[in-house]
Amino acid sequence: MSDAIEIRRVVKRYGTFTALHGVSLAIRDNEFFTLLGPSGCGKTTLLRMIAGFEDVTQGEILLFGQNIAGLEPDRRPVNTVFQNYALFPHMSVLDNVAFGLKMKGVAADARRARAGRMLEMVHLSAFADRLPSQLSGGQQQRVALARALAPEPRVLLLDEPLSALDLKLRQAMRVELKQLQEDTGITFIFVTHDQEEALTMSDRIAVMSAGHVQQIGTAREIYEAPVNRFVADFIGETNLLEVEVASVAGGQARVVLPGGQALTCPSASDTLGRHALSIRPERLSLVEAGGDLKATVERVVYLGTDLQLLTRLEGGAEMQVRVQNSARARVPQPGDRLGLRIEEGAARLLAD
Amino acid sequence: MRGVRHYPGFLAITVLCLVVLYAPLLVIMAYSFNGSTSITSWGGFSLRWYADVFTGPESARFGQAAWNSLTIAVIAASLSTMIATAAAVAMVRGGAFRGKRATFALINVPLMVPEIVTAVATLIFFAMIGLTTGYLTVLIAHVTFCIPFAYLPIAARLQGIEGHYEQAARDLYASRWQAFRLILLPLLAPGVVSGLLLAFIISLDDFIITNFVKGAGMETLPTAIFGSVKQGIKPNIMAISTLMLAVSVLFVTLSYLINRKGRRSP
Ligand SMILES: Nc1ncnc2c1ncn2[C@@H]1O[C@H](COP(=O)(O)OP(=O)(O)OP(=O)(O)O)[C@@H](O)[C@H]1O
Ligand SMILES: [Mg+2]
Repeated sequence: MSDAIEIRRVVKRYGTFTALHGVSLAIRDNEFFTLLGPSGCGKTTLLRMIAGFEDVTQGEILLFGQNIAGLEPDRRPVNTVFQNYALFPHMSVLDNVAFGLKMKGVAADARRARAGRMLEMVHLSAFADRLPSQLSGGQQQRVALARALAPEPRVLLLDEPLSALDLKLRQAMRVELKQLQEDTGITFIFVTHDQEEALTMSDRIAVMSAGHVQQIGTAREIYEAPVNRFVADFIGETNLLEVEVASVAGGQARVVLPGGQALTCPSASDTLGRHALSIRPERLSLVEAGGDLKATVERVVYLGTDLQLLTRLEGGAEMQVRVQNSARARVPQPGDRLGLRIEEGAARLLAD
Repeated sequence: MRGVRHYPGFLAITVLCLVVLYAPLLVIMAYSFNGSTSITSWGGFSLRWYADVFTGPESARFGQAAWNSLTIAVIAASLSTMIATAAAVAMVRGGAFRGKRATFALINVPLMVPEIVTAVATLIFFAMIGLTTGYLTVLIAHVTFCIPFAYLPIAARLQGIEGHYEQAARDLYASRWQAFRLILLPLLAPGVVSGLLLAFIISLDDFIITNFVKGAGMETLPTAIFGSVKQGIKPNIMAISTLMLAVSVLFVTLSYLINRKGRRSP
């Protein structure tokens, strides 16, 4: 598979403020690629540079192997679904969708036909003659999608396209978007700060923070094997513990937790000293006796399918535990002293 | 808090202001329908002074002046609106450029310079470059002083239009010019029309600058009326004034309506 987009050490400065610090990414053709990160980390900036609305301060962006520096936005085979949709308010839905084709010089009949097919695809054929202001938010969102897809771009950029929709619609649109991407075979670059959205739709995800790419990988990789404290904390819930690596031998580290309890976990490096240790709450289970760690239950939250337990390890550190709710098991009570068993490989030492 | 209406003297002051502002206009409008030749005593309702404007002894002079006023107002309003639109797009959409503040001041300061100063300066300028005063000098002066007036509603409208629309157009393969013509201009239209009408009225109404730069023999309606009044006020002046007032009110109302409608739509 070839790369649709290659971003090489791209730096973006606004005056003295640096929004992106040397970002490098390769996005494959036909991929659903997500940029995920908290507000202000530079996702929109990166997207706007790919679309051609923002100059690149340093570094280069390649589109199918071609350097696109200096190409005006209308010269890039890339279309954008804007966060606020930016539908042309004075044009009908059909004219909006046909606009890109018109600019490309497609004949009137052909572009009306194609725009009609695009509206069919997003289930809006009945609304072709309306103005954008006469549509609901979700319908406007789909028009924006149809408009951006109509000229058959090689890459589609989507800047938080679902953030203005309510939860139910958002969930339905996730499925639709993913389906659309698979059907059209167009490379999607999707921006979001919602980790659930990212995990459910993406082939691969780049987790960003403060202008840096922290990790690139599949949903599973970044959830199961976060490379650092930021990723572990940002994706899902986790227990982050400050630990002391006492010894490393044969890829296994002996770590000492605050309070003095110790355990063994895999380690890629052999540096000793202070590290962060991440353990996902659902990878812990409760045992009456034994287990890897001893803890006292402090609070129990009933979540229906799950129970969420806040426990305190002997010696001080807090530990969240998530167990499946079952009629057969006794619900733990605050004050219970229990053992916690850590699933094989679930305790992960982080690089920083 | 007590409403402003409850302050002592509010009513008296309001009435006084309204009377000072509007009583003369009402008197002129009423007496333009006066049947007698006197401008102070009422001689019954009649349209004779309106007929006098179009057929009387002064009708040729007023006709020529009205034609001058109209053509100058149309040309000056059109040209100044085009220039003002270009200026507004550069100022509002051009991002940061060197001399932006200075440009802003250049566009807006004429609104604050006393008109008599502009009039004298313009006359001296034409004399210096050796341009004979007449129709052309009046037209040039009108184009110039109409620009800041046309600029105001256009820039205000443009500030309310998000940049995303043009970006979306560029993203969908429109050139800069296409994005302007197909997307920005239609959205900007209410502001442009509003600016056009405002410039038209300002041009139609101007006296001081016109009087300085018109030269001998050339008249616009305001200068013709002034010239006529110097020989004593005759009721036909009231008819002409009422007609001009009607045109002004019509245009201002149109401008207001278009602006309001435009503000509601996108
Ligand atoms: N035109 C600009 N001038 C100066 N700073 C800017 C400009 N545009 C963006 N920034 C800054 O660059 C940083 C990244 O902005 P960006 O819009 O890319 O964030 P984002 O990741 O898209 O955030 P969000 O999720 O809130 O949309 C922010 O700190 C922002 O303040
Ligand atoms: Mg953003």
